[in-house]
Amino acid sequence: MISIYLQGNSWLHKTPASLKLLAVAVASLVLFMVKSAWVFLPCLAVVIGLYASLGRTGLRQLKLLRGLTFFLGILLLLHWVSGTFWEGVTVILRLIVLVLAANLVSVTTRMDDMLEAVMPLFKPLEWFGVSARRPALGVALVLRFAPYMMQVFSRLREAYQARTGAKNSWKLLPPLAIQCLRMSDNVADALRARGGSEGLSGR
Amino acid sequence: MADRSLVHIAFYAALIAALGLVPPVAIPFLGGVPITAQTLGVMLAGVMLGPVRGGLAVLLFLFLVALGAPFLAGGRGGLGVFATPSVGFLIGWPIGAFVAGWIMRSTSGMNILASAAISAAVGGIGVVYLFGIPGVAYMANLSLGQAAIGSAVYIPGDLVKVVITALVAQTVARGLPGAILSRS
Repeated sequence: MISIYLQGNSWLHKTPASLKLLAVAVASLVLFMVKSAWVFLPCLAVVIGLYASLGRTGLRQLKLLRGLTFFLGILLLLHWVSGTFWEGVTVILRLIVLVLAANLVSVTTRMDDMLEAVMPLFKPLEWFGVSARRPALGVALVLRFAPYMMQVFSRLREAYQARTGAKNSWKLLPPLAIQCLRMSDNVADALRARGGSEGLSGR
Repeated sequence: MADRSLVHIAFYAALIAALGLVPPVAIPFLGGVPITAQTLGVMLAGVMLGPVRGGLAVLLFLFLVALGAPFLAGGRGGLGVFATPSVGFLIGWPIGAFVAGWIMRSTSGMNILASAAISAAVGGIGVVYLFGIPGVAYMANLSLGQAAIGSAVYIPGDLVKVVITALVAQTVARGLPGAILSRS
């Protein structure tokens, strides 16, 4: 399955998803109340240490910060211009710690386990007569549709390239939408023929 | 018809994901700010599906991202993206799609091109920035003005997407009129 999950067998992989989610939520709340830059240095060391405990592939994950560099640079600049340089440093350190901590949960938890862990949150849907398993079915459908859509899109693009020589155009979007909508009508019919999404809940 | 709605919601969530994989285009006259196609998907979901299903489609997409699918532009995903300063924009997306769908429905007497353009502009830009800018300000400890200046570089690209949304809505309406679910 397409996911940012890293295959592994570390202690973090074995920790239950709900526990990791709870830990990262509490940590985020606490870190938002901290105002001093110095507190974040040990926090950063701890988070990087946690990545290191996953081995070399874990440390390689830190490259995700590269995508943030540009943004963090602008942020520091804005703070520096308005004379709140140290506040800017605090903010950046906090962001780095929070992003790394939240990402750590994602790379050590399989999507299935994550879905399982948040399923109880959908229980209230049943009060309104909607099966709590419908969001899960939606997730499965998206994961199946996305690659199909890419396939249709590349077919359309190849044909367009052959006709015009140009690589890409917004003109590919309407046929993409129409072809995929036709397909989704078929899926809806197939779903109904199998008893519908409520039928899947076993009720 | 609930199953059909679920399938359509999943379909548009997948479309937003697929558009995130389209490589970003840097437009030279805008100073090379990279423009991704992803928010185009958010606008389309609202305009084509209508308020409730459009909003739910974006929510489903964000749910998948939170579960760890690398569906955000640039292959990003996981819980980490909800800790970045752009989280306000992500929160604004489903609400923006809802508003876009709502406007689309309430202007159903209007020409589809104009109606889709207004919906996409108000929902996909107005509402999204309404949540995005305070999000940046809060997460980065900046004033609202500073956050607005920092975010404004993306507005020209978003205007391009509004035009594309309107053109796509019009073309689809011609080819498959039933597909404009916000009006049926």
